[in-house]
Order: sequence, then C-alpha cells, then structure tokens
Amino acid sequence: MLTDRSTAARPPVDWGTTGSMAPSPALRTGFLRTAGAVAAKDLRVELRSREVVYTMAFFATVIVVVFSFAFVKDQRALIEAVPGVAWAAIVFAGTIGLGRAFDREREGDTMRALLLSPAPRLAVFAGKTVAITALVFAVEVVVLPLCLLFFNVDLGAAVLHLALVLVLGAIGFAVVGTVFAAMLLRIRSRDVLLPVVLYPILVPMIMAGTKATSTILTGATGDAWFWTQFLAAYDAIFIIVALWTFEALVIE
Amino acid sequence: MKKLLIPLFALVSAAGLAATLYMIFYVAPLERALFFNQKVFYWHVPNWFVLFTSVFVAGLCSAVYLKNRNAKWDDVARAAGELAVVFGAIGLVTGSIWGKAAWGHWWKWELRLTTSLILWLTMVGYVLVRRFGGAGSERLAAGLAVFGVVNVPLVYFAVKLADALQQESAHPQTTVANQLTGSMKTTFQLSILTFFAFYVLLMLVRTSAIRDERRVRDLRERGLDAGILES
Repeated sequence: MLTDRSTAARPPVDWGTTGSMAPSPALRTGFLRTAGAVAAKDLRVELRSREVVYTMAFFATVIVVVFSFAFVKDQRALIEAVPGVAWAAIVFAGTIGLGRAFDREREGDTMRALLLSPAPRLAVFAGKTVAITALVFAVEVVVLPLCLLFFNVDLGAAVLHLALVLVLGAIGFAVVGTVFAAMLLRIRSRDVLLPVVLYPILVPMIMAGTKATSTILTGATGDAWFWTQFLAAYDAIFIIVALWTFEALVIE
Repeated sequence: MKKLLIPLFALVSAAGLAATLYMIFYVAPLERALFFNQKVFYWHVPNWFVLFTSVFVAGLCSAVYLKNRNAKWDDVARAAGELAVVFGAIGLVTGSIWGKAAWGHWWKWELRLTTSLILWLTMVGYVLVRRFGGAGSERLAAGLAVFGVVNVPLVYFAVKLADALQQESAHPQTTVANQLTGSMKTTFQLSILTFFAFYVLLMLVRTSAIRDERRVRDLRERGLDAGILES
C-alpha cells in the first residue's frame, strides 16, 4: 500500500466531496488498485491473527450444534431445519465478525486515516466489502458442511450451485453490513444497534438464501435457480444503493 | 402561519374523527359477507395509507438530508419516522384484532402482513438509533431510512414469490376499496381525509418540537464553546 501511494502514476485527487470517479482510465485503475490494497490489508491483518475467522467460525459452529439439539426428532435431526439453521448461524456469526472487523479500525483510529487518505472513498468501501465477503464466505464454508453432517444430508452434485448461493449471500451481507458497520463506528452502543439496523434490511437476503438452500436440498432445480437470481438481484440493488450513499454516510 | 395551521388541522381532525366514528357505526351499512368486523377497515386501511406515506416521507427527506446536509430535512425525517412507528403499531394491532375475528388467528405469515411487519421493524430500528445512538446517529438513521425504503419492494417480492410457491393470499384485496358504493364510500373517503389531516397535524407539531430541541442543543454547544455556559 505504501509503495502504491508513492508511485507517480497516482490519479489526480478529488478530496472526497463527491462521487470522485471521473471516467479516465488512469483513475479507474487507481480505484481498483486502492480497493485491492484495502482488501489485501484487511485480509493480511486477519491472516496474521486469525482472530475474527476463528471466533466467527467457532461461534457459528456452536449455533449449529445448539440448533441441532433443538430440532432433533426420533433421534434424528430434521432436514427441513437445515436451511434456516445454516442461514441463522451465518448471519449471527457474520454480525460478530463485522463488528470485530470494524472495531479493529476504531481501536487504531485508522478508519479516519483511511477516509482522509487521497483515495476514492468508494474504493475504500469496495476493499472493505471484499475483505468482509471473504470472511463471511470462510465461515459459510465451515457452517454448511457442518449442517449437512449433523443433519445427515447427502448433497451430491448440487454442491457447486450451493457454493454460488453462498457467495451471493456473503456479498449481500458484506455490502449492507459494511455500510452500516462503517457508520456505526462513531456511535455508542454500536454492538446492540448493528443487529437492530442490519437484520430488517437483510430479511429478503435471508429469505432468498433459505429458499435457495432448501430447494437445492430437495432437488427442485428450477425454483433454486429462481432464488439464486433473486439473491443476485438483491446484491446488485444494494451495491448500487451502497455506492450511492456511502460517501454521504461516512463523511466526517 | 404555523400558529394558524396547527389549530386548524387539530379542529379538522377532531371533527373528522368524531364524524367518521359516527358514520362507521350509524350510517354505513353492514357488509354482506363480513358483517360487523368489516367496520375496522374504515380506520385500518387509512391508517396503513398514512404509514406508507410516512415511511416514504422519512426515506425521501433522509435522502435529501444526506445530499445537502441541511438539518431541516433531518427534522422532518425524524418526525416521519416516529409517526411511522406509531401508525404501524396501530395498523398491526387493528389488523390482528380483525384477523382474530375473521381468520381465528392473531397473525398469519402472509404477504402484506409480513411486508408491513418488516417495514415496521425497520422504522422501530430507525427510532431506536435516533434515541440511543447519541451524537452522529443522524446519518446512520438517514442511511437506514433510505435502505429501508429500497428494501420494501424486495421484501414484498420475496414474500410474494415464496408465497406463490406454497399458499394463497389471505389478506383482503386492497382493490375492494375502489368498489365501495354509497355511504360506505363516503365514510371511507372521509376517514382517509381525516387520517391525513391528523397526520399533517402530528407532523407539524412533532417537526417543530424536534427543530426546537435541535436548536437548544446547538445553542448549548455554542455556549459551551464560547465559555459562557458551564457543563
């Protein structure tokens, strides 16, 4: 990141008052490079301590275990409960990770530094979103197999489709979550308020994710593709809204 | 101007509420299929009209506030957000009462019910943020209002499509309102007008109260900065 800043090819700077992307190619590579740098920084910090991934994954595991106790019938866990359990675990663990990932910025007061730096704010947003998507996806990769294991589900060939649903879900969660978590940085009682503001907005995503997962598990491919497309539409809509509002929302 | 407007709207809504109450029970005839429990519609439906208006106002004013940073818009958005919670609560309660009478259940996971519940939860979140967020929560709340408004159609379609896959809609169709005739129609229209007058009244009062609150806060801060006041 430091070398990146010192290169002469750095794009002309708009000091962050507007959507600062003029349609010049140099600026666009600057946008991508900055976003990549932010994402790489976040992931590198995380890889060195592995604090968020480990705690998130363990938290999600505990949720799945608790739920599988709750949904046991005749000494067998109910397959119908799998999608709900999986997505509840993902969203809960995701919220923990989201809060923690931004706490890190707050502790060092580095979010302000990031926003003050002569980089497009939207690039900072994009980088953070990518990093959080990766974190959430890592947790999903733990949660889903665990659910399938505990609930005795045989997935077979649909695993790729399920992976696509998980990626889309992680993106949707990260986009909305990053906007709200970034805004909450300066607010007290942020730990309580994050779920309060986040979950109602996530409802369509959770609904579509649950539907997609359950239709994949029951083998209704047509419906499953429909819900996958719905997830993609959700992601697209909120990416647009987030890009449109992020600067106005986080500006000091 | 405002000194005149507030008593005027207060008068109109008081008279309107009294008149609709009288018309609902003594003028409008009993409905053929639903009998007495249809009466709640005269207040339930306008109430939801007001709620959706209020949410839309909150979302729009929040978006404008995010763009131009003028706190006036934020005052209006905050008042609208609070009123949305109030009217939403009334709508959910009147709806549940009707549901118990007509369906035998207080609640069903049905298209309109689910959508409006999620919308209401969003607005409750909005008010919670405003109330407990402390300094800097205006922008978070504004963002939440904008995201919440964008979310409404998504929730609607998600529930509708999930619905289509398993069960039929149980809530009465809203198009029925256009087919009303005679005194039922008059009562319904009067009720809508009354509720909107009441809404405008509450908006005027609450917005000016919020604006005064904000001005006092700003003045206090300026006083503290200037060293005139002691904390």
